[in-house]
Amino acid sequence: MPLMSDLSTSMISSSSSAFLAPISFNSRAQTVSVPVKSINIVKCVATPQEQQTAYKTNVSRNANIAKLQAGYLFPEVARRRAAHLLKYPNAQVISLGIGDTTEPIPEVITSAMAKRSRALSTLEGYSGYGAEQGEKALRAALASTFYRKLGIEDDDIFVSDGAKCDISRLQVVFGSNVSMAVQDPSYPAYVDSSVIMGQTGQFQKDVEKYANIEYMRCTPENGFFPDLSTVARTDIIFFCSPNNPTGAAATREQLIRLVQFAKDNGSIIVYDSAYALYMLDDNPRSIFEIPGAKEVAIETSSFSKYAGFTGVRLGWTVVPKQLLFSDGFPVAKDFNRIVCTCFNGASNIAQAGGLACLSPEGLEAMQEVIGFYKENTNIIVDTFNSLGFKVYGGKNAPYVWVHFPGQNSWDVFSEILEKTHIVTTPGSGFGPGGEGFIRVSAFGHRENVLEACRRFKQLYN
Amino acid sequence: MYKLSACCSMACGISLHPKMVLASLRIRKQGNGHRTNVPRNVNLEKLQNNYLFPEISKREVQHMDKYPNAKVISLGIGDTTEPIPEKISLSMANYARALSTADGYRGYGAEQGNQALRKAIAETFYKDVVIKDTEVFVSDGSQCDISRLQLLLGSKVTIAVQDPSFPAYIDSSVIIGQAGDFQDKTGKYQNIEYMPCGPQNNFFPDLATTPRTDIIFFCSPNNPTGHAATRKQLQQLVEFARDNGSIIIFDSAYAAYITDDSPKSIFEIPGAKEVAIEISSFSKFAGFTGVRLGWTVVPEELLFSSGFPVINDFNRIVCTCFNGASNIAQAGGLACLSSEGFQAIRSVIDYYKENANILVDTFASLGLNVYGGVNAPYVWVHFPGSKSWSVFSEILEKTHIITVPGSGFGPGGAEYIRISAFGQRDRIIEASWRLEKLFSKEKTLFNSVWNIE
Repeated sequence: MPLMSDLSTSMISSSSSAFLAPISFNSRAQTVSVPVKSINIVKCVATPQEQQTAYKTNVSRNANIAKLQAGYLFPEVARRRAAHLLKYPNAQVISLGIGDTTEPIPEVITSAMAKRSRALSTLEGYSGYGAEQGEKALRAALASTFYRKLGIEDDDIFVSDGAKCDISRLQVVFGSNVSMAVQDPSYPAYVDSSVIMGQTGQFQKDVEKYANIEYMRCTPENGFFPDLSTVARTDIIFFCSPNNPTGAAATREQLIRLVQFAKDNGSIIVYDSAYALYMLDDNPRSIFEIPGAKEVAIETSSFSKYAGFTGVRLGWTVVPKQLLFSDGFPVAKDFNRIVCTCFNGASNIAQAGGLACLSPEGLEAMQEVIGFYKENTNIIVDTFNSLGFKVYGGKNAPYVWVHFPGQNSWDVFSEILEKTHIVTTPGSGFGPGGEGFIRVSAFGHRENVLEACRRFKQLYN
Repeated sequence: MYKLSACCSMACGISLHPKMVLASLRIRKQGNGHRTNVPRNVNLEKLQNNYLFPEISKREVQHMDKYPNAKVISLGIGDTTEPIPEKISLSMANYARALSTADGYRGYGAEQGNQALRKAIAETFYKDVVIKDTEVFVSDGSQCDISRLQLLLGSKVTIAVQDPSFPAYIDSSVIIGQAGDFQDKTGKYQNIEYMPCGPQNNFFPDLATTPRTDIIFFCSPNNPTGHAATRKQLQQLVEFARDNGSIIIFDSAYAAYITDDSPKSIFEIPGAKEVAIEISSFSKFAGFTGVRLGWTVVPEELLFSSGFPVINDFNRIVCTCFNGASNIAQAGGLACLSSEGFQAIRSVIDYYKENANILVDTFASLGLNVYGGVNAPYVWVHFPGSKSWSVFSEILEKTHIITVPGSGFGPGGAEYIRISAFGQRDRIIEASWRLEKLFSKEKTLFNSVWNIE
């Protein structure tokens, strides 16, 4: 039988869910093979033996998907967590791995969603298909909340079911014949969606990179901002700030350089600002704060980490009218076409929640929750600092980027998991530039974060 | 900034010669605006028009501007109108409120969907055909699933569609790069196999003359024709797929509207699990058009030519390009599949089916050839020798009723109009009355009217 039954059942979120039944694994999945060398991509998608008797279609597998090295990073981490729980059924596992929000959504927001739900049972309140681009009021609220005075208009904003989905829709807009650059390390959806779209060559095991992707190394040495003078021109540049996983926030000066670089090269920046509200310093929260950015950049963002909407599903993408392809055709028109054809709008209930998020009361409530996670981040940063680690991030983002020089990050991940029952994320999952680092996410109940820090202290003292 | 020349409204573009359409689409850049050096995706350039349904919306808005006092009745876009049964919306409200509590809060859900919902879908719709919950992937709707399936399959596969068909199959195929150029003469994209479905062949393609393609999109009950394939027809289809090593993507979004004993799922056909994927939706089933919930079934037995299970790759797409349907919508879905919820939903479906009956009777009584409306909420009316956009415009102008011109669904729809049965009863009755007036009056002018450019 093809080995895949565990793939669907093994996906769990890091917050315990009463909905989920116990995970059933078969033994092959448990013995996850980690290559002896420092290459630490774990192949969790097992290729079944050719079945002599089973019927096969005559449809070729998509070669692009075959290029992918392993499962998407976060299901991999979840798999490891689940395996660990099987091994230690009584362990109090603390999840600081997948960046999954844990704190309840403020009532002002959920009551708006409850109200909208109930209204769907009434003649006056029922609504069917909504505008694929999003409800007008929400688009307007997004524009005035995040882009006031930046010249971004309501109809530049496209409401979605989240940044991850938007990234893939943007890839569909761009097609397979564009080149892209990513920060290294970076959120894996940029690279993976690029591979799936057919923009890349094969994975090169020696350097742990896909051919035809420009990886812009971001390290402590360069202040986590790429040396643009050494970066080759690509059509698309993915840039995330505040950064997942490093937590680094680009300064105004750096973003001015980035925009200039894009302008000089005729490139398009896809700017991921999903963590902007975590910014402590006085860095730009939107790429559009930089003059000229509207002609070179798209911005994507999300309610996930602001409002705890990781399960509710709501985000947005800004495509300015001024952004043009080389033939002068507006990118927004093609994005709109994709949105109308490949999507059908975010859930109307989620959008009602989004509108409530952006009310004065909602904004205040969101800031409180964000503040809570930021305090978690401080506690984690202090802990690792006190243990003598080189710690990065944690100031402008809910991620702490801890350096383990010379060590294999999956090994560190495993050791931490084995010895403290804490789930983190190995840096190499974000690209070769993440090797030697561990990402610790700051989402969690306060007592869990405190307990985790106690355990870290025990392990590393 | 850019300037759109000629008609901004793509609506007039549709009846223009396609070359003029492209000219009017060409955006002339004004001023010294910066252009990036990123080439536009050639696949998107291939698309001939805007997506069909926003186009219909645009026409509706233009019409309402022209006649601000007209009582426009929308029988165009298949948008549900009846409120969601209370039991279901209440469970969504409760779930939403629970997200404010420590016990009820949920973050990321499984990308494949909530396990209880997957189980409920498997048990409600696939009990007799033994589809496992692990083969069910919950989504935010069929339109999105179709594109995710295209991402899965990639640009190098060939597809066949019914003609006429739901436009998302063709459009997504063009977007992903499977199709060649559009041919003005035939109204078809190269490299896509169009399988004509009409009264002449009982709305089922003549498979004996259909070339092999990798993928076959098949919708039953059909949008727009309303035809539900018989068991025999589907057996032929499955056999055809098997003989050709093809994969059927079976769209069963309207299965709940079936009146007779036509199969509700492709998996009722033996052997289908090795050749078919099935997509479906809560949209027309539960009025979830705005709530956004659907599902796709990928059987474990479905294998690529290398023996690699299709489900593994679909799972990868779902995990990488998607992040699950809204948990609130999923809670609603679960309530839909409770016995009380299911019963309430059936009442709403019956309401729309009664609408369809009224519309079918109306057109039949006028002596027009009318199809569908029995197993689907769409009525497919034939105006032989006509151009469907002209008929659409005539109906709109004279009765203030929005319909959908058949050619929007492919060249096979050229002489047809699709009328959807979603709407409040009194509007359906009013619409029927207006249509009766129009067509009995115009009966003598029939041929000349419908041939106007």
